[in-house]
Amino acid sequence: MPPLTVAKNQGAQQSAPAIRFDAVEISFQLPKGRSYHAVAATDLSLAEHEFVAIVGPTGCGKSTLLNAAAGLLKPAAGAVFAFGQRLDALNRHAGYLFQQDALMPWKTALENVAIGLEVAGTPKREAQERARAWLAKVGLLPFAERYPHMLSGGQRKRVGLAQVLIRDPRVILMDEPFGPLDAQTRLIMGDLLLQLWSADRKAVMFVTHDLEEAIALADRVIIMSAGPAARIIGDYPIPLPRPRDMAEIKLAPAFHGLHREIWGVLKTEVLRGYAQHEQAAS
Amino acid sequence: MNRLTLITAQIAIAVIAILFWQVVSTTSLIGEPQKIAFFFSTPLAVAKQIVAWFAEGSIWYHLWITLIEAILSFVIGALAAVIIGFWFARQPRLAAVFDPYIKGANALPRVVLAPIFTLWFGLGIWSKVALGFTLVFFIVFFNVYQGVREVSGTVLANARMLGMNERQLLRHVYLPSALSWVFSSLHTSVGFAVVGAVVGEYLGSAGGLGYLIQQAEGVFDVAGVFAGMFVLAAFVILIDWLVTLAERRLLIWRAGPGETTK
Repeated sequence: MPPLTVAKNQGAQQSAPAIRFDAVEISFQLPKGRSYHAVAATDLSLAEHEFVAIVGPTGCGKSTLLNAAAGLLKPAAGAVFAFGQRLDALNRHAGYLFQQDALMPWKTALENVAIGLEVAGTPKREAQERARAWLAKVGLLPFAERYPHMLSGGQRKRVGLAQVLIRDPRVILMDEPFGPLDAQTRLIMGDLLLQLWSADRKAVMFVTHDLEEAIALADRVIIMSAGPAARIIGDYPIPLPRPRDMAEIKLAPAFHGLHREIWGVLKTEVLRGYAQHEQAAS
Repeated sequence: MNRLTLITAQIAIAVIAILFWQVVSTTSLIGEPQKIAFFFSTPLAVAKQIVAWFAEGSIWYHLWITLIEAILSFVIGALAAVIIGFWFARQPRLAAVFDPYIKGANALPRVVLAPIFTLWFGLGIWSKVALGFTLVFFIVFFNVYQGVREVSGTVLANARMLGMNERQLLRHVYLPSALSWVFSSLHTSVGFAVVGAVVGEYLGSAGGLGYLIQQAEGVFDVAGVFAGMFVLAAFVILIDWLVTLAERRLLIWRAGPGETTK
């Protein structure tokens, strides 16, 4: 399945997609030899410089798909490709922003941001200097010496964002990164993300259960059905102009049109999905 | 309660207890003062003994011996426990094989080992260090083991995604996590190092606070026994205070009990 939208700055040469799922199926082993079929055969392609949001009900396997793209999880069948190369270990092109707190609590904000460069061999002083610059970009320079427990949830997410982006990954995977935050902070974090992203437009795979957030952020919204055996049930291009403002874009008529259209399908498809599962269960 | 009233109250407890002791051991309020003084001595006699020890300087030698024994058993015990605890935590099969032996060794009352250690290491400090070692080792070992096993899966996955290899994970994730558990059990493990030293001295030695108390008991010198206990108590409080200072420094990244972590 070719990507539906191609970012303008991709250039003439047709590069391999940042992430490509080829008939990926994911199962988990349960006790007593049973297994849970989390994701049914899924094809999905994420072009370079494309911002894709994956939306679905909680527990539908969105995060599972993301973990497969990161190489943290091996698919039971099918294959994941990163820039044309089959993934059989961690995806070295990817940066991953987790839903839960993933900062090292024993390192300061500065050390947490610098560590990704340090382990790659950057001298400590240079790594810290660049980390400072990144903390400034996410507006946290005055908090550089603080430990994660001294920061608010939103501030910790900013540190996490800087921690991921400083390594300059070619693909950014985000697992409901703003899920635990309050509504206002989510808007601000969304704007910050868009602002940072617009600098070089990395490929982004953004998992969320919030359809509004997905439409406001992404170039393309993928809808997944409820699990088990979750699958893609919708794929919508979002032709809203950029740069976008998280709060303002939600007032635009085009936004409402898209939201109505996608929500209509999401709702009926999800309900149909539930019915199927009930049938399968009986 | 502010700091001043707290300290006043704390001092008041000591003053009242000592006054009561002085009154019952010198007046016939409860019974014959001679008898009570024989069994419990008098605060004045105990104070005289302590002052005498410090005046003639002999106490410093004993304090030094006990301190050296406690430090050595803590350092050697903690070091061995960190290395072995780490190794076991990273090798679950090894840990499973050794599990019953570790539990068995830990369940053993260490006092029964003291004569054997004296036989092996002599009457000098090393038999006491060995006894302290067996106490400190297990506390630190179990904490390291737990610390390595309980590293948050998200933090670990994140560290991997940030490009850390096994060695870097060990240094930046597993070790800090394990050490945080060790540091938070510092009071217990340091306390046990002192216990090991004093009990070892008590059971057979030529120096140290335990030796001092044991010698006084041997000649029914009750004032000497009480004086030894008070010096020991002061010594332990001082060490505990130093541990608190170290802990504040080492666990600065941790949320205090009043703060939330979420």
